[in-house]
Amino acid sequence: MAEPGSIAALVATDAAPLSGPRGPRPRRALSGANAVLYGTLGLASLYYLLPLWVMVVTSLKGMPEIRMGNVFGPPLEVTFQPWVKAWAEACTGINCDGLSRGFWNSVRILVPSVALSIAVASVNGYALANWRFRGSEAFFAILMVGAFIPYQVMIYPIVILLREMGLYGSLWGLVLVHTVFGMPILTLLFRNHFAAIPEEIVKAARVDGAGFWGIFLRIMLPMSLPIVVVAVILQVTGIWNDFLFGVIYTRPEIYPMTVQLNNIVNSVQGVKEYNVNMAATLLTGAVPLLVYLVSGKLFVRGIAAGAVKG
Amino acid sequence: MSALGQGTPGRMGPPPLAPAVRIRRLGLSFGAVTVLRDLDLDIGEGEFLVLLGSSGCGKSTLLNCIAGLLEPTHGQVWIKGRNVTWEEPSARGIGMVFQSYALYPQMTVRGNLSFGLRQARVPAAQVAERVARAARILQIEPLLDRKPAALSGGQRQRVAIGRALVRDVDVFLFDEPLSNLDAKLRADLRVEIKRLHQSLGNTMIYVTHDQVEAMTLADRIAVMRGGKVLQLGTPDEVYNRPSCRYVADFIGSPSMNFLAGHVVEGAFVAGDRTIPLAGYGGALREGPATLGLRPEHVVTGPMAASAPVGGEVVVELVEPMGSDTLVWGSLGGQPFRARMDGQARVAPGDRLAIGLDPARASLFDAATEERL
Repeated sequence: MAEPGSIAALVATDAAPLSGPRGPRPRRALSGANAVLYGTLGLASLYYLLPLWVMVVTSLKGMPEIRMGNVFGPPLEVTFQPWVKAWAEACTGINCDGLSRGFWNSVRILVPSVALSIAVASVNGYALANWRFRGSEAFFAILMVGAFIPYQVMIYPIVILLREMGLYGSLWGLVLVHTVFGMPILTLLFRNHFAAIPEEIVKAARVDGAGFWGIFLRIMLPMSLPIVVVAVILQVTGIWNDFLFGVIYTRPEIYPMTVQLNNIVNSVQGVKEYNVNMAATLLTGAVPLLVYLVSGKLFVRGIAAGAVKG
Repeated sequence: MSALGQGTPGRMGPPPLAPAVRIRRLGLSFGAVTVLRDLDLDIGEGEFLVLLGSSGCGKSTLLNCIAGLLEPTHGQVWIKGRNVTWEEPSARGIGMVFQSYALYPQMTVRGNLSFGLRQARVPAAQVAERVARAARILQIEPLLDRKPAALSGGQRQRVAIGRALVRDVDVFLFDEPLSNLDAKLRADLRVEIKRLHQSLGNTMIYVTHDQVEAMTLADRIAVMRGGKVLQLGTPDEVYNRPSCRYVADFIGSPSMNFLAGHVVEGAFVAGDRTIPLAGYGGALREGPATLGLRPEHVVTGPMAASAPVGGEVVVELVEPMGSDTLVWGSLGGQPFRARMDGQARVAPGDRLAIGLDPARASLFDAATEERL
């Protein structure tokens, strides 16, 4: 350490000692550690982005250009014809109206499934967190076991159940299946969220005269936007990307988009139209991607909130 | 919860002269754990009752039972001459203020204040009028359009009090309302609650573990321990004539001196000291006992000569606190504290003359710890 008088001496001699730090701002050089870091990130990005790049450029090429090879090169002549064909003209079986039919089928499956599963699961979570009843813990434990049983085990029993209920092959049967399978994880999500809200708020609302539904609709739900967004994203991506349930529990007229995509790509007759296949795949993947890009920030916030509060 | 039935638990007639709140043989157990045991308590009209005790004594549980937020295992709760044991909290004519404020975060202050009234479908004009009145009383008018997140702790607790105020209830329940505030705000709001009680005249039941809050606010204090009321009395009674050693120790800061010894021939013998007990206001029973002396009841310095009992201690430690000074010494071989004036100049090693008044002391049975 310097002698006690030196600081005072420094201040006295320096012309503008209080105007900021001394000397230029230190610069961080690209160190070896940084090079490795950015190099790894770059490689990882390349690994994931290259296939996407190939898909995009292929979908914009005509078939003659594709046959010339040159998989990674950009299209010499950009054409949107494959996209139009994938959306409106590609044939599956006897129907030749492209993916558009599957898209609207998927929307008609998705909207009620997401709405219903979130509505039921949020009430489940609320009741389990805030209105403990005899056996509520056991009920929750059983529900959680459901999250760990492989879907495939339950396919055949569900076929029988749906048949008995008269819902087999219908859109609402599939909606029911999606709702039920979304229940464990969504209930867990909502229960943990509601359990983190101070109990005294519920007590105060009861003193104020709100009942079970009043507290849920007017107090708890308005506080839960981030967690609802998380649930919406989980359900939209899960249900939109579902292939197995869609192909088993519905009829060809109401096949979801994923099933129809498979039927287009895997058709054995005629020439393989790679450009149409690529465009169809990109179209099918666009919805979950869009949902994530639009609400990604809220998604991360909701997940983080859940993580911190447990 | 009201679906559980209209049955009157443990059929007993209504109390003859109905106090505002009457608790009859109230008990609550969670499985094998008994939180409240056969509790009886009457709270008068317009009374400010403080339930005081350390954590886990059952005071908050009792308040939650009165509010209807917890169902008692047995017993009755009467409010305003009505058996409300199975009533919903909102139907009991109570307002409650919580430690964590428990404001609805997505609503403005106005929304928070009016929520209960809107639930009860009170006409809008009347809602506005009552909210305005509560806001005026609590001086939170400029905050009405803010959300709770934009308020300080003290402001939040005012809004929480306002939420109870707008409901125009007979009984206010406070569950440690000041515990989350810093020391200065706590003192300010304490005075405001007292002022509020003086101007409104409502019955108030207030749970706290802070003996200063209890002493300053209460008309009567119920000191609780292990689900039972140890002593129920005015602050003056609880402070001057504690019913047992636990109460004596809990009330008062700095806490009471306890000297272990024996009562022999009208005097208290502790080690080499003999303290005559002439003037002690109770029956003296010979045998082992504990003598309780409040540090502020020990007279020091020149004044000591005029006290009924005189003596001398050697100062071992001095704690100056500005307003007063706490002096540590030993009496009969046991630690002993005396409170002196804040400006007193004493140093460790000094010999200090002390004077005691047996009339202000408390004697406890050594075995039962009950007051003699």
